[in-house]
Amino acid sequence: MSARAPFLRIEKMSMRFGGLTAVDNVSFEVSRGDIAALIGPNGAGKTTVFNCITGFYKPTSGRISMAPDGALPDPAAIDALTRSGRRHRDGLYLLERMPDHEIARAARVARTFQNIRLFAGMTALENLVVAQHQPLMRASGWSLLGLAGAPSFRHAERAAVARARDWLARIDLLARADDPAGALPYGDQRRLEIARAMCLGPQLLCLDEPAAGLNPRESADLNRLLRAIRDEFGVSILLIEHDMSVVMEISDHVVVLDYGRKIADGKPEHVRADPSVIAAYLGVPDEEVAAAEREIGA
Amino acid sequence: MAGARASVLVDALRAAAIAGGLAFPIVALRAEPDFSNKLVLEPRWSWMFAAMALAFLVRLASAFLPRRAAPAAARPRDEAAARRRGRAFAVFGLGVIFAWPFLVLVVAGPSGALKWIDNYGVQILIYVMLGWGLNIVVGLAGLLDLGYVAFYAVGAYAYALLATHYDLSFWLCLPIAGILAAFWGVLLGFPVLRLRGDYLAIVTLAFGEIIRIVLVNFSTLTNGDAGIGNFATITFFGVPFNASEGGFAAVFGLDHSPVYRLVFLYYLILALALVTNLATLRLRRLPIGRAWEALREDEIACRSLGLDTTKVKLTAFALGAMFGGFAGAFFAVRQDFVSPSSFNFIESATILAIVVLGGRGSQIGVAAAAVAIIGGSELLRELDVLKRFLGSEFDPTQYRMLLVGLAMVLMMNWRPRGFVATRAPTIALGERRAIGGDLVREGRG
Amino acid sequence: MEVFLQQLINGLTLGSIYGLIAIGYTMVFGIIGMVNFAHGDVFMLSTFIALILFLALKQFLGIDSLAVSFVVVMVASMALTGLWNAMIERFAYRRLRGSFRLAPLISAIGMSIFLSNFAYVAQGPRNKSAPPMLTDVIKLTEGGAYDVTLSYKQILIVVVTATLLAAFWFVVQKTSLGRAQRACEQDAKMAALLGVDVNRTIAATFVIGAALAAVAGVLYMVYYGVVNANDGFVPGVKAFTAAVLGGIGSIPGAVLGGLLIGLIETFWSAYFSADYKDVAAFSILAVTLIFMPSGLLGRPEVEKV
Repeated sequence: MSARAPFLRIEKMSMRFGGLTAVDNVSFEVSRGDIAALIGPNGAGKTTVFNCITGFYKPTSGRISMAPDGALPDPAAIDALTRSGRRHRDGLYLLERMPDHEIARAARVARTFQNIRLFAGMTALENLVVAQHQPLMRASGWSLLGLAGAPSFRHAERAAVARARDWLARIDLLARADDPAGALPYGDQRRLEIARAMCLGPQLLCLDEPAAGLNPRESADLNRLLRAIRDEFGVSILLIEHDMSVVMEISDHVVVLDYGRKIADGKPEHVRADPSVIAAYLGVPDEEVAAAEREIGA
Repeated sequence: MAGARASVLVDALRAAAIAGGLAFPIVALRAEPDFSNKLVLEPRWSWMFAAMALAFLVRLASAFLPRRAAPAAARPRDEAAARRRGRAFAVFGLGVIFAWPFLVLVVAGPSGALKWIDNYGVQILIYVMLGWGLNIVVGLAGLLDLGYVAFYAVGAYAYALLATHYDLSFWLCLPIAGILAAFWGVLLGFPVLRLRGDYLAIVTLAFGEIIRIVLVNFSTLTNGDAGIGNFATITFFGVPFNASEGGFAAVFGLDHSPVYRLVFLYYLILALALVTNLATLRLRRLPIGRAWEALREDEIACRSLGLDTTKVKLTAFALGAMFGGFAGAFFAVRQDFVSPSSFNFIESATILAIVVLGGRGSQIGVAAAAVAIIGGSELLRELDVLKRFLGSEFDPTQYRMLLVGLAMVLMMNWRPRGFVATRAPTIALGERRAIGGDLVREGRG
Repeated sequence: MEVFLQQLINGLTLGSIYGLIAIGYTMVFGIIGMVNFAHGDVFMLSTFIALILFLALKQFLGIDSLAVSFVVVMVASMALTGLWNAMIERFAYRRLRGSFRLAPLISAIGMSIFLSNFAYVAQGPRNKSAPPMLTDVIKLTEGGAYDVTLSYKQILIVVVTATLLAAFWFVVQKTSLGRAQRACEQDAKMAALLGVDVNRTIAATFVIGAALAAVAGVLYMVYYGVVNANDGFVPGVKAFTAAVLGGIGSIPGAVLGGLLIGLIETFWSAYFSADYKDVAAFSILAVTLIFMPSGLLGRPEVEKV
């Protein structure tokens, strides 16, 4: 585990909407090759953290540094980049300074959404091809070569389709490649959205409640898929999940939020035993848990 | 049962009363100035009672007619046969379109054909082209543009001014008009494209109106409301269409007639429209076109996939504007006159109606809607004979926009994606199957 | 100085009319999130209704008293325009509530085209000039380069506007209808579960918006003395600009925005260029939407991801 170096670091991040503090001074790290889980009761600010990392919200304060292709350098180098006022240097990116589409493209962070956001009127295949927009756009010579029907573009398009077909096969949807995404069953849509994010070629995959609404069998399939993504493609995963069986089974690292604050951070078995986590989930104040523990001599 | 019947009757009476309330002052009493220019009311109670009776009968009928059953699940259709039929229809349609000037020449003779080529040919094709141009913006990218006519105006004025001041030929002006319109598209589009859909619609409307007002008031350049005329120098590859020695008729040994110029214009706009169509069909299958449609489906998902949505929108806006500019240059050469009154909001609304009614994103639907709306208004003009029965005040063309507006409301309520609601996939592993309109989304709005 | 004072008076008068129309936009936007594009044409319809009723009182009933006919015309115009808008809501928008966001806007654009052409067909294309009424003026300054005047019409407009706004404010703040409206604004589904008749509340919103537009219509007819089927579009866009400038969804914002737009328009015409006075309004609309979409008094909107 020690070989896994951190490549995403969130430092003292806060997000306020008007008077409401949704995320309050949260810091944590994700290491390369990890499956990290972000858990917490409803309204704990998990999705807000996601939206800040992926650039959909700009955090009110704090720093999010990421080294998509290596490990984070020492803090002095990150501070130097912060002071320089730039967005990135030498493969180090400051995500809070970047717009969402640049985070996806340059920092290679892909994501899915809590309420599935597929292109419902486009086929499953088209969904996966749109995710490969960047390389295809370059190959089409910003559409000029494409309009002319250049062979280099044809070649790139074939490659994109092959990649899409691979992913469709992997998620068992090859037979439905030409069906509109909106007509697929719910569980298939969830998997298709993950495949679409993977077609972006990310280093970090952020999944917002991937197991929500899945039956136990689908849930088990999902676990296998996520492990394959990590082990075969070397892609790290940060996920928000309510289903504790998923969290405990697959994650290497768990971060717990409650009312926007981080209350625990560590290995699943460690977090599971943390009294403040239990209190947060059961709605009991910390002091009472402490008092109860004293009483039973724990 | 008797109670149910009575309630139906009460309901119908209520509908009649409401119709009466709506019609009471504005339909029943018409204010007309008398000889001393003082307004006097002319009662037309019969119109009001007719409206009331109509409402009563419609309400009554709707109560007794059986409710329409819920639409049955889509039957598995023989898609291959449908496609064959569609292709046969398209070939037939294209044949008629290509042969149209000669068909009417044969039927109506050179002087009788003028109206048919101009009003039912050139005029409709201009709107087909405009509809196709706007379809890129509204239909594919899902951006509601209420100021499209601004780019049409930029193209028309670009040609008019270049031809007047620098004596440039149409062929040189055509690309310049397109580029200028695209440039204006980028200029106007850049600040507004991150707005929400309905705000975007309103801002584009404002820009369209600003451009029109500037055209009216910047008289030193545009000659204001009086417009610019007598500049068009369209030639048949260097041969002018006039009665001179070197004119088209003389060179080809024909009797001079304005019909040759018109036939030439017909094929010119046909070519321009087909280029617009082919370019759009082609672009749809390129990454940029897929990005447009993805944007219409879900902008947030696009951003999560690394698409710079502002750029994607700008390309749609600029390309749509460019085709509008081409159409504008053609409009100027055909009219040989441009004035701001050709570029008002009603024009934008008509083009939008063509796209909305035809089916956003569907090229064939848009073309059909252009034929129906523009051809239909030309047909209304033919109804002038009704003046004999309804008095000289009756002007059938007044009903054109009335019907267009009503059609937009009805279409939104009845078939919000337009006549051709399905969407064809741009790429497929197996067979391409049309996607039902109920799944296709319409822009984030 | 004289010009300034005169334009201030004129601007406030015009602004009152814009403010009344703007409330209709802002309320509908607040409750169903829709830009009611046809509202300007509903206002135009009300100017016709007002003019015809005014003529009818004189021609058929021989009523000469200006005060009586003003009150009768005002009440009847509010009722009839309200009926129109209720029917428009029922047939053009109600079914589209669950549809994609641009659907009601497109339907409203169609409705706008329909209404202006309906008035055109029913009443003819020519300008209709109402008989002059309330022509007296009060001279505020005399002897300068320019007499500053305050006409009775302007007093009437400001007084009627203020009175009706007060009444309207009472309805929105203190009655159960106002409470139902605010509930529907927050969450229509929840309001329905708690027993609020959502359809009825939305219809009432349209009726109130139309009634205030009708007040503006009567005042407009009295002030300008001319009505035309095309006179819905530009005042409509300006009133919408007022609603956006004030912060769409905010009722005090609509009034504030209306006054500001009225003032900007008159001062622009006086000091800069009357030809470009519509450009001023359209530019403010564009600039506000681009740089300050929540307006002066509106709440900022957070994008839901």
